[in-house]
Amino acid sequence: MTGAFRLATGGRIDRARPLRFRFDGNEYNGCAGDTLASALIANGVHLMGRSFKYHRPRGLLSTGSDEPNALVGVGRDEGHYTPNLRAGQIELYDGLVAESQNRYPRLDFDLGAVNDLFSPLIPAGFYYKTFMWPAGAWKRFYEPKIRAMAGLGRAPRGPDADRYVQRFVHCDVLVVGAGPAGLMAARAAAASGARVVLCDEQPEFGGSLLSDREASINGMPAAQWVDQSIAETASAGRVTLLPRTTAFGYFTHNLVALAERVTDHLAAPDPYLPRERLWHVRAREVVLATGATERPLVFPDNDRPGIMLAGATRTLVNRYGVKPGARAVVFTANDHGYGAALDLVRAGIDVASIADLRPTADGTLPEAARRAGLTVRTSSTIVGTTGRLRVDSALIAAIGPDGKTGPAQTVTCDHIAMSGGFTPAVHLFSQSKGRLRFDPALQAYVPGVSAERERSAGAARGIYGLAAVLADGWAQGESACLDAGLRGSPKRPQLNIRERDTGTDTWLGATPHNRNPIFVKAFVDFQNDVTAKDVKLAVREGFESIEHVKRYTTSGMATDQGKTSNMNTLGIVSAALGKTIPEVGHTTFRMPYTPVTFGALAGMSRGALFDPVRTTPVQPWAEAEGAVFEDVGLWKRARYFPRQGEDMHQAVARECKAVRAGVGIFDASTLGKIEVVGPDAAEFMNRMYVNTWTKLEPGRTRYGVMLREDGFVMDDGVVGRLAPDRFHVTTTTGGAPRVLAMMEDYLQTEWPDLRVWLTSTTEEWGVIALQGPNARKVIEPLVEGIDLDSGAMPHMSVRAGRICGVPTRLFRVSFTGELGFEVNVGADHAPAVWEAIFAAGARFGITPYGTETMHVLRAEKGYIIVGQETDGTATPDDVGLGWAVGKTKRDFVGKRSLARAAMGRPDRKQLVGLLTEDPRTVLEEGAQIVADPGQKPPMTIIGHVTSSYFSPTLGRSIALAMVAGGRGRMGDTLHVPMPGRTIPVSVTNPVFFDPEGKRLDG
Amino acid sequence: MLLIPCPYCGPRPESEFSYGGEAHIARPADPSALDDAAWAEFLYLRRNPKGPHAERWRHTHGCARFFNAVRDTRTDKILATYRTGEPKPETSK
Repeated sequence: MTGAFRLATGGRIDRARPLRFRFDGNEYNGCAGDTLASALIANGVHLMGRSFKYHRPRGLLSTGSDEPNALVGVGRDEGHYTPNLRAGQIELYDGLVAESQNRYPRLDFDLGAVNDLFSPLIPAGFYYKTFMWPAGAWKRFYEPKIRAMAGLGRAPRGPDADRYVQRFVHCDVLVVGAGPAGLMAARAAAASGARVVLCDEQPEFGGSLLSDREASINGMPAAQWVDQSIAETASAGRVTLLPRTTAFGYFTHNLVALAERVTDHLAAPDPYLPRERLWHVRAREVVLATGATERPLVFPDNDRPGIMLAGATRTLVNRYGVKPGARAVVFTANDHGYGAALDLVRAGIDVASIADLRPTADGTLPEAARRAGLTVRTSSTIVGTTGRLRVDSALIAAIGPDGKTGPAQTVTCDHIAMSGGFTPAVHLFSQSKGRLRFDPALQAYVPGVSAERERSAGAARGIYGLAAVLADGWAQGESACLDAGLRGSPKRPQLNIRERDTGTDTWLGATPHNRNPIFVKAFVDFQNDVTAKDVKLAVREGFESIEHVKRYTTSGMATDQGKTSNMNTLGIVSAALGKTIPEVGHTTFRMPYTPVTFGALAGMSRGALFDPVRTTPVQPWAEAEGAVFEDVGLWKRARYFPRQGEDMHQAVARECKAVRAGVGIFDASTLGKIEVVGPDAAEFMNRMYVNTWTKLEPGRTRYGVMLREDGFVMDDGVVGRLAPDRFHVTTTTGGAPRVLAMMEDYLQTEWPDLRVWLTSTTEEWGVIALQGPNARKVIEPLVEGIDLDSGAMPHMSVRAGRICGVPTRLFRVSFTGELGFEVNVGADHAPAVWEAIFAAGARFGITPYGTETMHVLRAEKGYIIVGQETDGTATPDDVGLGWAVGKTKRDFVGKRSLARAAMGRPDRKQLVGLLTEDPRTVLEEGAQIVADPGQKPPMTIIGHVTSSYFSPTLGRSIALAMVAGGRGRMGDTLHVPMPGRTIPVSVTNPVFFDPEGKRLDG
Repeated sequence: MLLIPCPYCGPRPESEFSYGGEAHIARPADPSALDDAAWAEFLYLRRNPKGPHAERWRHTHGCARFFNAVRDTRTDKILATYRTGEPKPETSK
């Protein structure tokens, strides 16, 4: 037996396959085909959660994705824990472990329920009104307390142990929803030869037909027809069927995101399977067959466990073979409630009374109910319920002709099925930016004008009744094919349908009652604990826009996005304002339709795969040497090479001294490199850079500065001319893609007449920098075909030859102020060449150094780094590079902007050096600079520190800074205000070491 | 995410492209001949229309070519794409 409240027969469950599961530590039995909710109810457990604000006991409201109450956490351990899952959608498997949320210490005894007693003191906007004073207390006291008291589930306490993948597909027709409309749409599309994707959030296709015992199609039960229909669709061959797959987001140009739950329903999943797949589906045409959700009725105490939507009642009885109670009351505003009553009777459950809000009920279902001997009370309403952890009675009263309610009669019951009619699920349509239209007959918003290539079908657009829905599904599937440019579908199959009409009657807003409103809670939004009273209060306080009412009351703002509450909120606001529903408007649906796991969104992009990592050919050597790495963009760069016991400062000091006194070796492979080739290459370079290139001889290099068109420094780097028509351009490490993109932009769109070709060669070359007085001596024995003598190969030149037997482009260049070479070799050769050079340098004490030492050495020389000294508002002159600008050039990118008066003002920030009075004080980079330390805040800031280090060469701290009119302040004392003290500094030339540049020749 | 028909490669997802701002703004042949106001207009002023907008795109992670597109800024519908240097085509909306 799988629960005392299990029916002996019927439903889509397998009683022969019992499953064990745990909820809040108690063990229960269910069976294959159950959900957690159906199995709990089969065991008589209706209390499944506590409400968000008042901690009221709550049970199942719905069996679908609109469930606001029965949210639970599932997972056997923290690595597999998922909070806030809807119990009616959790497929049961053997060994499932679930727990309730938002309760302390226990679900059936929750201390937080004290909030319910104080609820008259906690109206809408309570937080905004109450926690205003004292000002600081919100963050320290109120917010932490409220957060602990209110809320849903908890985050898992460990990293996610599962794997998630993403798939990208294109199709002709995507059908969302595999209820009767979606099945027919997919069948029509498949029959016309379209590539079809059909998805449904449920484990089984069929939608409402799975819970329907009445309807038959072609003489067979509806559920059997579903199987036949799926088989026929699948046999068309170009069809992808995706059960357990929720379409949660509709993006521009018909991109629809689907979340497929692959293994959540399995007790022992195949470890090779991911937990979820995120499908990015780009569809030519979309059919939205998302159905409709049932509206709860807003009556006093409508939230006790045991009170649920009539559709949930029918699903429990018909699909899961479960008795939702022993004695039921049906409260309805339409004929659908009678269908539930008849299903209950057929399952042997006593239906004590049917309360119908309408004055008359004479459809086929009400007539059948009367024939079955049920008590039908028209013009009746429920004005209250009783029961602490489960409903135990309903108070039913008649509504008089004046709309007032009469005396109430207590009817004992442990189950109430309610139905306020249906609301088309227009979420995805609305997400696609389609315009909704209010249908007064249905009292609902339905799809109006489409923005994307989509159409809705069936109940999603307000078409009810099985025959009409099936016909509409086929028609929309066919129209999708035609719009996708495919041939039409064959003739629609003849369907002989037997069903009972439920009509389209609805109820919007709160139901009438005669009780003291102060003590009545009639819930509109179950998940956020918003009552009809709260919504009315918001209107009284002057909130008239539905968007404001929503935010003030938080109605519709929970994780269910108000699937069951939005229309009732609208109804109450509309009545309170005396405006029609279309005048009140509606709120905006946003993705996701239901919550999506972070895992699915991240996919494989976690850990090492979160971001690509770029490595240089020398990285393995540096790793083996124990280098400490830093991230520079996507690159990993060796920052320093500590020896035993050294910290960074000690290592950097040693590396700096080794370069200045002997020779250092540095991996400069990350430098951006662009090969500029073609008959017009020199002309192109003239236009792109501030420098003049025409007269640069092949074999010589030049320090190039590139501006944006607005005149500000964008990038710099040494450029070598290898031949009249060939330049080897280097860029900053981070700037390479930007520079190439800008070059391509001008070349393709402004100067397509230039015969120039650009190639990114950043990763083609490994670059080994040798810097220091002994640099030449180290490489001399390894180089063939190049005369390294200073006379033959002066500073700022480039030669092609061989090193260690492989081709090289050898640059004589320095970013340290010392004699220096940069050996460019094919990236594949770089590790071997590096090791050969390192071995050759052993007798000179060759020392590997990292980016930190590189920074210190260049700062000692006052060499700027673009992006550190510059911030996108510096001209070449501001950073002391005015000399590089070709004064006689007619034009280059940025030249005209440099001619603006503001670009030449003497009070622009200019590059200077700063020396602190105390040589041990190292300024903080980014620190602000003032002239008058006595000024009261806000002080007049005249500049900021851009680079700051302790210089081992000089035995003191140095800093570079951008200071207004800085070059006119040489020798002045300025001040750097810091917390607790102000540091005096004197302004100097930014070149701290070897200002004459004598050391460049070794 | 937009689906952009590259005139060289066909329809590709937006993530393969870079946006390049308004199209049909030619860099002046002789910038030095422009006064500050005219230069500032070239440099900074853009139409930002509500409706069809001719704009530059580059198929960065594809053919790497620049091209132009007419996109309706109200609906994100791409009404036409065409090669750099070609005149802006007539679009119905």
